[in-house]
Amino acid sequence: MKKIGLIINPIAGMGGKVGLKGTDGATILSQAKKLGAEQISPERTIGALKRLVFLKDEIELITYPGEMGGDVSKQCGFNPRVIGTITEDNTTADDTKQAAKELCNLQIDLLLFSGGDGTARDICEVIGDKIVVLGIPTGVKMHSAVYAHNPIRAGDLAVLYLQGKVKALKEAEVMDIDEEAFRSGYISAKLYGYLTIPFEERHTQGLKTGSPPTESYSQEAIAQEIVDSMDDDHLYIIGPGTTTKSVMEKLNLRYSLLGVDVIYRKKLIEVDLNEKKLLEQIKEKKAKIIITPIGGQGFLFGRGNQQLSPKVIRRVGKDNIIVIATKHKINSLNGRPFLIDTGDNQLDLLLQGYTAVITGYHERVMYKIDL
Amino acid sequence: MNKQTKNFHQAKWDEPVIFELSNKGERGILFSEIEQEIEELIGDGFSKLPKNMIRQKPPNLPELSQMRVLKHYLRLSQQTLGADFNVDIGQGTCTMKYSPKINEKLASSLKLTALHPAQDEITVQGILEIIYKLDLFLREISGLDKFTFQPGGGSQAILGMASVIQAYHDSKGESEQRDEIITTMFSHPSDAAAPNVKGYKVINIYPNEDGLPDVEALEKAVSNRTAGLLITNPEDTGIFNPKIKEFTRIVHEAGGVCGYDQANANGILGITRAKDADFDLCFFNLHKTFSSPHGCGGPATGAFGVTDKFIKYLPVPLVEFDKDKYYFNYNVSNSIGKVRSFYGVVPAILKAYSWIMSLGNEGLKEVSQIAVLNNNYLLKKVLEIRGASAPYAKGRHRIEQVRYSWENLYNETGVTTEDITCRMADFGFHMWSSHHPFIVPQPFTLEPTESYSKAEIDEYIAGLKRVVEEAYENPELVKSAPHRSVIHKINTEALDDPAKWAITWRAYLKKKQK
Repeated sequence: MKKIGLIINPIAGMGGKVGLKGTDGATILSQAKKLGAEQISPERTIGALKRLVFLKDEIELITYPGEMGGDVSKQCGFNPRVIGTITEDNTTADDTKQAAKELCNLQIDLLLFSGGDGTARDICEVIGDKIVVLGIPTGVKMHSAVYAHNPIRAGDLAVLYLQGKVKALKEAEVMDIDEEAFRSGYISAKLYGYLTIPFEERHTQGLKTGSPPTESYSQEAIAQEIVDSMDDDHLYIIGPGTTTKSVMEKLNLRYSLLGVDVIYRKKLIEVDLNEKKLLEQIKEKKAKIIITPIGGQGFLFGRGNQQLSPKVIRRVGKDNIIVIATKHKINSLNGRPFLIDTGDNQLDLLLQGYTAVITGYHERVMYKIDL
Repeated sequence: MNKQTKNFHQAKWDEPVIFELSNKGERGILFSEIEQEIEELIGDGFSKLPKNMIRQKPPNLPELSQMRVLKHYLRLSQQTLGADFNVDIGQGTCTMKYSPKINEKLASSLKLTALHPAQDEITVQGILEIIYKLDLFLREISGLDKFTFQPGGGSQAILGMASVIQAYHDSKGESEQRDEIITTMFSHPSDAAAPNVKGYKVINIYPNEDGLPDVEALEKAVSNRTAGLLITNPEDTGIFNPKIKEFTRIVHEAGGVCGYDQANANGILGITRAKDADFDLCFFNLHKTFSSPHGCGGPATGAFGVTDKFIKYLPVPLVEFDKDKYYFNYNVSNSIGKVRSFYGVVPAILKAYSWIMSLGNEGLKEVSQIAVLNNNYLLKKVLEIRGASAPYAKGRHRIEQVRYSWENLYNETGVTTEDITCRMADFGFHMWSSHHPFIVPQPFTLEPTESYSKAEIDEYIAGLKRVVEEAYENPELVKSAPHRSVIHKINTEALDDPAKWAITWRAYLKKKQK
């Protein structure tokens, strides 16, 4: 019998309707409550669970008590195995982390969690890529690519995964912005890591008409193209992400998944460099930057790779920026352009417009960059 | 009556693979013993054959009586949803028009079937005249200067175009430098795949918010590495591209060659021409626009045409006329060689020739006018269906087809394009999705051509409406479809696993043993 875990962050989303741009931290929560915010996360979770309930005799649902999962599970007709303890009406990020840890130890097949970017970060911190997860979107900020389009789709995708109809997996970005800065009008996003989610091929043909290339196959093809075209004159600055990671893997080099690495003549110079170190490296040498947009939102610069600062980008030069992305990633933007927000408006203007994106071996697309 | 969905049920014979029906020793035809007189003259018929030509083991063919073979294939034919059975407007981009049966009769006439491709040209003047005259018709339709019918389909014609582009740059000593071909995301995927086979790097242009490839993107894409442009026009969205001439200008100015994918030209016959948009190369699929049946009804033809400047690169032989007789011209100075054996799929050429002759100049234009009218009627009706939309070019007419989307329906019900396709099969209809990748989410592409009446288009619409109503009321019914078809759900798992798939009986047996 398959085991499925459920964690609800009951306060997720409460800050949204009252205009607080997030609900991280006790002070904001009490402010939200004062402004009349009500819980929305449990209600939205029901939308997902209802799609799963027909499997209730074939799966074991394990969850935390009360508002963290027990209540809505029972309400939906499940007979859940409830573990752990909580203080009702006063759960915190620590409860989420504790629940994730315990469920992970129980070797569940899939963890469903309801929340926003803060919740995804907490889950990511505890379980990394150890188990397959899927986010039910109930938060205010949802920049992370770990969430289904809506709760119903989350339920449907969970069913497909549990029934073995969706088998492919994907490493999806966990992003979060600094809520404090956001409230003051600044967006400062950071890439916190990756969670493993079921990969629903919404943008590829059904298997009946032939197997479309998988995400990892496409990434490998891109990596081969990059490696084949590398020259000995340039330093290569490799940005964060799983697509860029495939280049490092192809070269058998150590890499930092979330950081910026530098290679020269296919040898590693240094991993995880900050802006200062990058500027030192490219002081005397010509360089190229290899970057990939963030899945689902399309940011090229200014989210999760702030080391690639305006100074670094200007020094390298517009023509030496190599953008790589799988077609699936591009299609997941639904026609929206790539975005840039380097913090230097003049530079942003210079970088906007069409750019060639490497999407496979001997394969590129022209795609628009916008502000 | 026509507006109602039919109480259809597909035949289901549960018919085994023909190899499984085999009974050792069972025969379709029993041959008589060799008569003594003959045996005296030539022996037993085998011993005089060279040893190396005689099989050591008989081929592993199924052994069946005639009647069982007939039943087998008739049963299989009942399990298909052929173009002559259903209102076949759900396979957009493919131009599933009616193939008049008179043309089948002509093609199956002994006058054609008894010909051999190795016959001397003087003995096959009739068919050479037809090939030559079809070339003249297509020159008139496209404005270009010479056609070959050698490619056995659209993709082979595209490969032909890529080969001619390469040969052209080769002759100028630039083929190494010019290693990039530009195409668009809504062009046929073979416009990217075939040049890739030739070793080209391919640059694909995404559509802008209007659904058209952006001129600005093309300007960024061209360089001194540009070998050429291969573009389908109109693209799969059926949107008229008013800037196509700018495309050819930009590519020409960069030194590239422009190839026009007109596989489906059903909305533009007598209206626009490749030449007038300054294309150097183009091709038509005789099995689409010109009514020869598609591949499953007999091999296809990608009629490949060029302007004067590129004739010397065409595959050989070309069929020419010297005012006295028709002949094969192998004297083509920079020919790319051959893209297929002999002269092309002659029955397909004959059918297209006959179809054009039956319509004439005005008839061809009327074909396009009716196809466009049908399509815009269908567009209006589809947009009235809940959950359906037609991304891009809102409020504008389309040419011969439209790429629609079920995205709203999917977001509201969880029912996908594939689910709807399966449920449509329950009513005897087919509905296709889109080329890969799905740029339009939950896509479906409809093309009514000129063949279908308003009543039949309404019948198809009624089918779509019914399935959509079901999707909102009882999504599980649609998601578990088909219920009245040959096969319910196909388990596609094996298709991902090379150890499991088998495209021949021998491969199946081998893999089963393992």
